[in-house]
Amino acid sequence: MADRPVAIVGGGPAGLAAAVELRRRGVGDVVVIEREAEPGGIPRHARHQGFGLRDLRRPLSGPAYARRHADLARGAGVDLLTETMATGWARKGEGAPGALELTSPGGRSTLAAAAVVLATGCRERPRSARLVPGSRPAGVMTTGMLQQLVYLEGRPAGRRAVIVGAEHVSFSAVLTLAHGGARALGLTTELARHQTLAAFRLGARARYGVPLWTRTRLSEIRGRARVEEVELTELNSGRRRRLPCDTVIFSADWIPDHELAVSAGVELDEQTRGPAVDPGLHSSRPGVFAAGNVLHGAEQADVAALSGRHVAASVVRYLSSGDWPARRVPLICEPPLGWVAPNVLTAVGSAPARGHFALRAHEHLRVPRVRAIQDGRVLASARLPRLMPGRSARLSADWTARVDAESGPVALRLA
Amino acid sequence: MERDVVIVGAGVVGAAIARELARLDLRVTMLEAAPDVGAGTSKANTALLHTGFDAKPDTLEAGLVARGCELLREYAPRVGIPLEHPGALLVAWDEGQVGEFGGIVERAQANGYSAMRELDAAELYRREPNLGPGARGALEVPDEGLICPFTTPLAFATEAVLAGCELRTRTALTAAQRLPGGGFGLETGNGALTTRMLVNAAGLYSDEIDRLVGHCNFSVTPRRGELIVFDKLARPLVDHIVLAVPTKVSKGVLVSPTVFGNVMVGPTAVDIERKDDTSSTEEGLAYLRKETGRILPALLDHEVTAVYVGLRAATEHGDFQIAFADGYACVAGIRSTGLSASMAIAEHVRDGLGLGELEPRRGLAQPRMPNLGERFPRPFAQGELVEKDPDYGRIVCFCERVTRGEIRDALAGPIPPTDLDGLRRRTRAHMGRCQGFFCGARLDAMLAQAAGDG
Repeated sequence: MADRPVAIVGGGPAGLAAAVELRRRGVGDVVVIEREAEPGGIPRHARHQGFGLRDLRRPLSGPAYARRHADLARGAGVDLLTETMATGWARKGEGAPGALELTSPGGRSTLAAAAVVLATGCRERPRSARLVPGSRPAGVMTTGMLQQLVYLEGRPAGRRAVIVGAEHVSFSAVLTLAHGGARALGLTTELARHQTLAAFRLGARARYGVPLWTRTRLSEIRGRARVEEVELTELNSGRRRRLPCDTVIFSADWIPDHELAVSAGVELDEQTRGPAVDPGLHSSRPGVFAAGNVLHGAEQADVAALSGRHVAASVVRYLSSGDWPARRVPLICEPPLGWVAPNVLTAVGSAPARGHFALRAHEHLRVPRVRAIQDGRVLASARLPRLMPGRSARLSADWTARVDAESGPVALRLA
Repeated sequence: MERDVVIVGAGVVGAAIARELARLDLRVTMLEAAPDVGAGTSKANTALLHTGFDAKPDTLEAGLVARGCELLREYAPRVGIPLEHPGALLVAWDEGQVGEFGGIVERAQANGYSAMRELDAAELYRREPNLGPGARGALEVPDEGLICPFTTPLAFATEAVLAGCELRTRTALTAAQRLPGGGFGLETGNGALTTRMLVNAAGLYSDEIDRLVGHCNFSVTPRRGELIVFDKLARPLVDHIVLAVPTKVSKGVLVSPTVFGNVMVGPTAVDIERKDDTSSTEEGLAYLRKETGRILPALLDHEVTAVYVGLRAATEHGDFQIAFADGYACVAGIRSTGLSASMAIAEHVRDGLGLGELEPRRGLAQPRMPNLGERFPRPFAQGELVEKDPDYGRIVCFCERVTRGEIRDALAGPIPPTDLDGLRRRTRAHMGRCQGFFCGARLDAMLAQAAGDG
């Protein structure tokens, strides 16, 4: 039997927004499990501006945005457990999600909820996962660690840094490094272009004069105790050059923090590497929902929060009816399309958050036409302004009623 | 004489010797050029506890690996060194390799090991269903084990220090001379000292130390071994240590679970020039990925958590190079079996120095090392422990579930870490899939505070 109706794992924007919306919809008892001492997720240490436009309708810095969400949750009567980590599942039974195993300074416990929302977010892939060879000196880190080092711990971040990546977060690292007293020497991307909003890029470049090295791979890290230099390879010419520096920031290249989802036994989508969910954010396992950036590489925080807000309606419906979508039709991308989320179609028929799918490509594509095809039948054909890695395009969901639930997977294909 | 014995090198071999000798009624000092114990070759290896089944019979190495394995199997659970016995499967990928099974079994029997059994392909795939296609059969070596390569030298060094051994880190031996009337005068980067006996356990640098003492019996060629550690989510893919049929050059690439619950692939084996070049290479990593795709293809769908490089101290000789001369013990050429053989090497050195008659002192403290392995509950999962001390419920490193209590204990331990890598080896913090995304900054601040500059 469930101890409580809803447990949300993860107190970032998605989890907190889900909790607030569940309370607004009349769920009497909502618990959020957050492993950090402070709720708010990644925005806690992303001090740049630009958070909250789409969900709170006001521009905020990351920390202010994180505090605002935590205040809203507390104000809504959400039970917010901090320094509490869900480390796994106990009593995994048929049908129900099982009980979460929790560790906190108060002790070890289990929590069985009728519905569990996984809102565990995502993280940047580190140097090792990207298989960058060389020695293993100090001074190599992700943007997430850099932000915490500079903004939360007030620790030095080196003096001369190279940033791997050219997404929004990569340019934010230029600002973070400057705040920490370090200079960004340049950003590298293996692609032919950066993958961010031009305005933000120009802002960072104009202020700090940081070059962007496109079609360039950081091919080796050298140094003994601390980074001493890196080797950059120009992919078009094959030319290699050395660049002295003491810090390397691996930015972007996000991956869902999906361990708890895997141990819950939910299906993952091979392309997003997050739980495969339908537009109502139902996973393959009854009672287990997923929302926010655990579903895919990072969207901005306000988009994650809207995903959290969106999941509440499905949770409430499930709590009252106990129904779970049975027939799941996969929605898959064909290259150069990269991933789509949500990525399962079910007969429940709810629209995705904000009325559209998020779609990414492996390369930059201008005004591409994208078709949704099921068993040779074209269900939809849409022209998009652009597609690129690192940033999602919106694909309207107005065609999902034409999906045949008894038929094969739906493919998204470039026309 | 200021000291009875000075040991040069605090790797797994030097630390094992220090432990053995410090328990006797002797004044022992261990010198280490690096800032920490076990920070060289000892920290980057395949972390296997070998039975010695495949050693060249009648060599010193064969005897010491078999004896060392026996000793460590008894010692590890006593002090809390993570140890598991999944057993190994030595897999043949063609008929030629199947044909070598007979010789391998004979060699094992010559080494006193007779528990091997041949499996046909059907049974092999039943035991390891995720192996790549084409395996013809395997030899099962049921006693091959996994051991924590970090805890082992730390346990030895901790026991030595608790027994009164002086540990001087960041202290390289720069000159040594025999004194008239016996003993040695030593110069280090941190002052001079005299000792009755000198033990050279300097690993990659043992040839240079040997020359300082006036010998010149071998030279060390570093042999680079690159290792890839895959994400814990891959652990269900493999149950055994999957070995290759050895060639003349190397034992080949193995795929193995680790005591931390990861899956490891490696090592490469390339002779290189520099003794400090622990760099991974594009070619090495590409080769390991290719081998992974052949041996356990599903592993390639998983994330890589870490890449390690160890330099094995190979010499031009086939066997361990252990020699004694008037109070000097040279312990060299301990290529890749040092972890397995360490405790037996220590006994051998004790006896070779003529100290075998001394009785260990009574009432010595035995260390209890923090459990880093997955086989027993870690502190975060022990409710009673958390109730007594809430810091064991404060998880700092989420990926590896390392608590503030464990980090605090390590920083206050008898041999505290001096850097993040040292803290990692003592607690597993920062060892997981995020490599510091979540906890790196906090750990950096905790280390700085412990060092007094936070």
